[in-house]
Order: sequence, then C-alpha cells, then structure tokens
Amino acid sequence: MIVSMSLELKDIPGQLVLALTPISELHGNIMSVLHHRDERTPTGTIPVQITFGIEQEVLDELIDRLEKSGVRVARVGEERLRAAVSVILIGHIVHSDIRDTIDMIDSTGFAEVVDLSLSMPGIEKASSAYLVINATGEKELKRSLDILRKVAKKKDLLMIEPLRLNSEVT
Amino acid sequence: MKTVKLSIIGFGAVGQGVARSIVLKKEALKKQGIDLRVVGIADSKGCEVNANGIDLKSALLRKKENGCVAKGAESAIDIIREIEQDIIVEVTPTNIENGEPGLSNMTAAFESGRHVVTSNKGPLALCFSDLKECAEDNGLIFRYEATVGGAIPIFNLVHEALAGNTIIGIEGILNGTTNYILTRMAEERLPYEHVLREAQELGIAETDPTYDVEGIDSACKLVILANSIFGQSATYRDVDVTGITKITPEALELAGRNNYVVKLICEAGNGVLTVAPHLVPRRHPLAVGGTLNVASILTDLAGRITISGKGAGSIETASSILSDILYIARNS
Ligand SMILES: NC(=O)c1ccc[n+]([C@@H]2O[C@H](COP(=O)([O-])OP(=O)(O)OC[C@H]3O[C@@H](n4cnc5c(N)ncnc54)[C@H](OP(=O)(O)O)[C@@H]3O)[C@@H](O)[C@H]2O)c1
Repeated sequence: MIVSMSLELKDIPGQLVLALTPISELHGNIMSVLHHRDERTPTGTIPVQITFGIEQEVLDELIDRLEKSGVRVARVGEERLRAAVSVILIGHIVHSDIRDTIDMIDSTGFAEVVDLSLSMPGIEKASSAYLVINATGEKELKRSLDILRKVAKKKDLLMIEPLRLNSEVT
Repeated sequence: MKTVKLSIIGFGAVGQGVARSIVLKKEALKKQGIDLRVVGIADSKGCEVNANGIDLKSALLRKKENGCVAKGAESAIDIIREIEQDIIVEVTPTNIENGEPGLSNMTAAFESGRHVVTSNKGPLALCFSDLKECAEDNGLIFRYEATVGGAIPIFNLVHEALAGNTIIGIEGILNGTTNYILTRMAEERLPYEHVLREAQELGIAETDPTYDVEGIDSACKLVILANSIFGQSATYRDVDVTGITKITPEALELAGRNNYVVKLICEAGNGVLTVAPHLVPRRHPLAVGGTLNVASILTDLAGRITISGKGAGSIETASSILSDILYIARNS
C-alpha cells in the first residue's frame, strides 16, 4: 500500500534521518519527502510529509518505532494510487482468463485493477470488458499497460487504449 | 486577367465536383482576375479536348446522360502531354497496389511542365518523396490538399497558416466511413455487420469495405500527412494498423457508460505511425460523430489546434482542389 504520513520533528539536527530510518528498515519505498523547514507547529516542531510504499502488515510496527524514537506521527493516510487508465478488451474472454489477467496486474505491486465490467452476449460471441487500472505513477501505469498489451496479443484480444496525445501526459 | 488552363483527369464524383465548382465560381474568380479554363477532360472511356475551354455544363450533362464524356480518342496521357496547359487535376481512382493510372499521369504532367493538383491517395501513399522531387526538379507545384480529410484544409493550415511552427504530432480521424459505423453502433447499440450494411445502402461504405474498415485508407492518409509534414518517406505499409471489424456494441456501451467513445484514431509524431481504435473522452475535441473527419495538430508555438469538417463528398472535396488550383494560379 502507499501511505502518506504527517510527522512532527523536534527542531534539532538528525531528526529527519531518525524518521526515515525505520521506514527503510521495514523495507518501505520512500517516494517523496516534503520537509517544511521554516514552518512550525504550535508546539514548536517542524512538520514533514512523507509518502512511501509499504506492506500493510508492518504499518503498526512502523508507527510504534517512530513514536519510540521521539517522532510524533500526526496523521496516517492511505494514498490513493495516483494514475488511472481505462482500457477495453474484446474477444473470447473467459472468466478464468480475466482473473488471470487481473492477477498479473495486481501482483506487480505498483498497479491494480480497480474496476471491471464484463459483457458476455453469448457463448459464440465475442465478450467485451472494461477495466480501470490504477498505478502509483505514470511510469508504472505505462508498465502495466505493456503487460496487458502482451496478454492481449497472446490471447488474441483486441485492446482499446485511451487516446494519448503526443508528448502530453495521459 | 490571368488565364489558367487545366485538364481534369478522371470525371467521377470528384472530377465532376471540380467542374461544377468552376462553373459556380467562374464570375467571382474573374472579378479576382483569374480566368479558369478547362481544356481537357478524361474518364476511363475517352476524353474531350478544347484549347479554348470546354463547355463544362454540357460536359457534365453528357456524362450524366451517356455515362462518358468521350468525344475524342486521345488517352489521358495524350491530353497531359500534348495540350498546352498549366495544371493537371488528377482525380482517377485510388490504387494502392501500384498507384496507377495516377502515378503515370502525375509523372507525365511534371515531365511536360504542368503543375499537379490531386485527390488521389494511391501515388502519394506509395511514392510521395519521388513525386515531390520530380515536381521540384522541374520547378513545378504539387498540391494534394484533397487527399487527406476531404474539405478540411490540413496542409494549408500546417504549411501556410502555421508556418514557422514545429509540428510535434498529429492525431485525427481521417476516415468518414468508419467514423459513421462506430457512431451508429454506439448510438443504436447495433452490431458491426448490421451498421456496415446500412452504410453500404446509404452509399457511405463501398461494396468492398475492406480498405476503410481495416484502417488501410486511414493509413494511406496518415502516411501522406507524415511525409508532407515531417519530411518522411514512409509508405502506408510502414503504418501499424488495427481496424474496427472486431469492435462490439457491448464494448461501445461499456465505454459510453464511462463517458468515452471509441474512435479510429490516426497518430503521427515521435517516430510513431499508427491507426487503431482508441478510447476518447466524450467531450474531447477529437470525439466528432457521423462521417466527420478531424485533425488535431500539436505545435511548439501555437500549442494545439484542432479542425474538423467533411472528409468526403463531391463538392466538398472539390473545394480543396479549387483552393489548390487558385494557389497555383496566384503563385506561378
Ligand atoms: N469521393 C470523395 O469524396 C473523395 C474524397 C477524397 C479523395 N477522393 C479520391 O479522389 C479520387 C477520385 O474519387 P471519385 O470519388 O471521383 O472516384 P470515381 O467516382 O470512381 O471516379 C473516378 C473517375 O476516374 C475515371 N478513370 C478511371 N480510370 C481512368 C483512366 N485510366 N484514365 C482516365 N480516367 C479514369 C473514371 O472513369 P469512368 O467515369 O469512365 O468510370 C471516373 O470518371 C480517388 O482517388 C479518391 O480516392 C475521393
């Protein structure tokens, strides 16, 4: 999961390292650190905003370690996956197949299928699926589309991707 | 008064449209100091020649009544080479196997010192750079506005109006038949085969719809655009093409429920040349319906510019041809 945490650090040197170390120790993946050096909370601490990816199981342990080292955890929130794309697949999509396809995206760790609508008009007829994929960023989104493209090709499915405008972000 | 002499090679929907537009605009053009005279007309069966200017109204009537304009036995090539004239309007059928008869007609025109105006995609989708070079070597003008997007002035826009800009990329819908089919399928929730048949009955799709529905016609137009704008020398075979035949009404419905439409989009830029169905947000400027065509051009200075309009039709296509003829009349 991707977590966004608001921390409050004491105004003495070495505090940021103190905050980041347990995240790394628990194999977290730091994505951004916003250090508001010239801001102060009413209690005189410095607010820091950290976004990172981490296994959900170790989140409590992390908060524990942070608090123990004197870093105040002011807020913990799950960051929504930040990039989204809609895709249509057409062809002989079977339930097991689509499960398998979704698993391939979900198991990447950086992307997941958050919405799926399937329309199967008849055994002999081609089915259509509408998928929404979320990913942690644009790059990850592109990678998950690459995976889907390969699957579509292998299974002889027509994949309809969103329009991407040249040199503009999708 | 500047007298400009031209021949119309091919007298079908477009050729007749050109004749009608010249009849229609004759007086207005004279006021601008241009006297357009058609000195030769050819169809597949023969030709009419008159160095002083053919009576276009009676040629149109004769074509309508007899199915041919033939009065003389000269071939199209004879007309191009032998008659003294400024411009050849080449509007014979598109042939993407070898470009003929258009390719020989255009080459003969350049070799005989005539400027060329055309709506014929075949020769340009196969040997664009050769033709361009042939025109330049002979100091002649080669205009082909009508080959892409029918009435839409894409080349004029890019080469004249946007002069100085660097074009970063282009996306568009360049085939009216497939756009009509996709629009109707989405609106009426009808299967592809059904809407195709309807389009054929309305004369929007041809009896053999392969070139349209498989995306080949779009690919030809895209390659002409890319060659003209990016100075490439690609052929339509270099385009990565996916057609619309596999698209289901259910897919369009799923897209619609999520505020998307599906469009057969041509893309050029960044070394990419593709034709494929894409999801387009319903309110996006490229989401035009019916048989409309659209092109969206991304430039470095002007940003994005999008134009849409009729991609086919006798008089609509003639509009682009007339504009090219007048460009030559003014610049030669
Ligand atoms: N229609 C449109 O809206 C449109 C739009 C953009 C571009 N274009 C392009 O413009 C061109 C003309 O289209 P169109 O719709 O006018 O086609 P069309 O109605 O089929 O007309 C073609 C004409 O060319 C003549 N022709 C065939 N072979 C010939 C030859 N060897 N020598 C002289 N004439 C010959 C035909 O003669 P007969 O009359 O004796 O059969 C006919 O008059 C095509 O390349 C097409 O792709 C068309």
